[in-house]
Amino acid sequence: MDNKMPLIALMGNPNSGKTAIFNLLTGMHQKVSNYPGITVEQRRGNAQLSENCAVQIMDMPGTYSLTPESLDEKIVAQQTLKWLNGIDRPKAIISVVDAGNLSRNLYLTSQVMEFGIPVIIALNMMDRVKRKNQDIDAEKLQKILGVHSVIPMSAREKWGIDELQSALLNVINKANIEVSSHIQMEIPEEIERIITPISNFLNAKNNHDNYITNIQTLRIITRKSGIELYSESENLNAAEIKSLTILRDKVAHEIDELGLNHRILEATLRFEMLDNALMGNSIINQNEIKNQSRSERIDKILTHKWMGPLIFITLLYGIFQSIFTWATIPMQYIDSGVGYLGNYCVQLFSQGILRDLLVEGIISGVGAILIFLPQILILMFFMTILEDTGYMARVAFMMDKLMNKIGLHGKSVLPLMSGYACAIPGIMATRTIDSWKERLITIMVLPLMSCSARLPVYTLMIGAFIPNKPIFGFLNLQGLTMVFMYFLGTVTAMIIAAIISQFIEEKGKSSFVMEMPPYRMPLAISLFRQVYTRGKLFVINAGKIIMAISIVLWFLASFPKPESNGISFSIQNSYAGKIGHAIEPVIAPLGFDWKIGVGLITSFAAREVMVSTLATLYNVEDEGDDFVGITEALKNEVDPLTGMPRYTPLVALSIMVFYVYAAQCMATFAIVKNETNSWKWPLIMIAYMTGLAYFGSLLVYQGGQMLGLV
Amino acid sequence: MSIKQLHHLLPGESAKILSFHTNLTLQSRLVEMGILPGVEIRLMKKGPFNGPIEIKVRGYEVSLRYNDAMQINVSE
Repeated sequence: MDNKMPLIALMGNPNSGKTAIFNLLTGMHQKVSNYPGITVEQRRGNAQLSENCAVQIMDMPGTYSLTPESLDEKIVAQQTLKWLNGIDRPKAIISVVDAGNLSRNLYLTSQVMEFGIPVIIALNMMDRVKRKNQDIDAEKLQKILGVHSVIPMSAREKWGIDELQSALLNVINKANIEVSSHIQMEIPEEIERIITPISNFLNAKNNHDNYITNIQTLRIITRKSGIELYSESENLNAAEIKSLTILRDKVAHEIDELGLNHRILEATLRFEMLDNALMGNSIINQNEIKNQSRSERIDKILTHKWMGPLIFITLLYGIFQSIFTWATIPMQYIDSGVGYLGNYCVQLFSQGILRDLLVEGIISGVGAILIFLPQILILMFFMTILEDTGYMARVAFMMDKLMNKIGLHGKSVLPLMSGYACAIPGIMATRTIDSWKERLITIMVLPLMSCSARLPVYTLMIGAFIPNKPIFGFLNLQGLTMVFMYFLGTVTAMIIAAIISQFIEEKGKSSFVMEMPPYRMPLAISLFRQVYTRGKLFVINAGKIIMAISIVLWFLASFPKPESNGISFSIQNSYAGKIGHAIEPVIAPLGFDWKIGVGLITSFAAREVMVSTLATLYNVEDEGDDFVGITEALKNEVDPLTGMPRYTPLVALSIMVFYVYAAQCMATFAIVKNETNSWKWPLIMIAYMTGLAYFGSLLVYQGGQMLGLV
Repeated sequence: MSIKQLHHLLPGESAKILSFHTNLTLQSRLVEMGILPGVEIRLMKKGPFNGPIEIKVRGYEVSLRYNDAMQINVSE
């Protein structure tokens, strides 16, 4: 993107509608990337304001303040400190404010106004205010605060955006816009005197005006992390940091001795200023908390003690039902499309290694990613609806107590549920959990939720070896076995979460201060945009890994090529076959032979590859419905030593338990590495899951044999 | 005027925040969201089995864990 374009920063509270405004301003011209080294999204986009004026808009993460507590806030705080020192300084700041929640939203705005950069307030969600027959005097608000302009608007109903654009044009076209004097906090003389040692220290470093220095001083006093941030941006040396820390502790102590609380000093003074200004000028009245909102009435049913959970379970059931039914048809199309493309390439190119690589490595690798795309997109579609309507926050509210008992968070519920479709979007969805510890535990147990790649394996084993007989008249043994596999994974995830929460140290206290957004109808356009971006992220992130693994597996399964042309090549002689034979002694106690061993190895690309591997090993011709052929082949396989059938229901059960637990999906580990920023956690995950899989299967097979089951 | 803890309020009752004894992280999160001494709040609902509580403050709704609510003094 062109860096010569004027830069505009977009800031605001979470749930203020900042993203909707960003989308309205930039259309499809946006670029989403992560901040270097961390998983907070950085979004920039170009906005065409007039025929010959375009600007670049930088969407800052949604925060409540500039005090660095969470990762998002730290980024915003770091960025704004740079602005103070003239680095990447934007031409203007759009501060998005929820008009229905003025005083809290203006807290951040009032902090932002202090940089000496023109501030345009986008007074969003005015439609809701108007619906309540209220209004906000924008002109008066602009004068009281001393900002460039206040633009009443509604991003939902798409009005006010032209006015916002012309306000931006106005700022940009003036060569030297003078920033009007803004509203200021009154710092009592006594406090100003106490904090002088620190403000003198800061003044010696750089000469901002008196007010800015005082505010920076307050921010350093409020939190120790304030010193960290300041010393980073000013490149303080160790001695300077030490003396600043000593000063800070002394001043903080003196403030507390006055009967004040140094940790809430800035917030107290700032809210005093805002409340006086807003109520004194009757911009808002004080009776806001008395009114019962529409959301509150809806919540009487949706978060009702027993109706709430019931509704949630029904919704989940409906969602998963539709994922599995709706996705079937596009999945068949993708499957045959990939098959067709493979065949086409076979005809197009002459026989050789390159063709094999293309068809069996690359095309089938792409197929392995695309086959899950319908399910994942449908899942993301529903999750986005739940999020955008505000229902997700209520689920978190209802489930938090239960989840907290096992070291998780109310917000862990939906990522875990997503895990039933695919662990990868689930792991990406944990970003909404603020507490690092609870987020990490959610990530660590998420792959135990049986994802849809395990389904073909369960289906094959159950169809072939579990008798289709009724139990208690109305249940069916096959169906029950399937449910048991999902249950086993879920319960184990809960137990593991409870165990690892004892070992993981907390980085910052966990809390559950969560804003409950009002219920809203989701907007179609933002819904599809989110599904699109998340789907793209999945294809790119997971796709790279699955593709690479597919190529490696293709190599292992096709080499070494036999020397003489007479012997036809079979996977048995390949590296994969050799590895299968080599690990046979290790997996024999689980009831597995080398062929299953090969299947376990090829499962590293994606678990469902096990099925096609077995098909290849048993020379089953792929004729569309390969389940029937392979089921017969498995049933007819005879153990050369005993002359008895090689596979028994017990072996099938052992295989399924192995698949419930085993760490097989490389793409998942790559995502975990991305999200946790270290190899430590994916490695621990592989270790504990492999252990569970091995000993789980061992217990099933050996225990079953002891009990005389076959 | 009687002093009690936030979790003692009944759904529908209003009160003024007096002081916090919560951990520092939570304290600064609360004050940044405008929940600070002197501010009036209304308890909206309580989750089952000492689950989170939901309060209305400054025209928006926010939920807190029960254990954290125990550390917040309010006066009726």
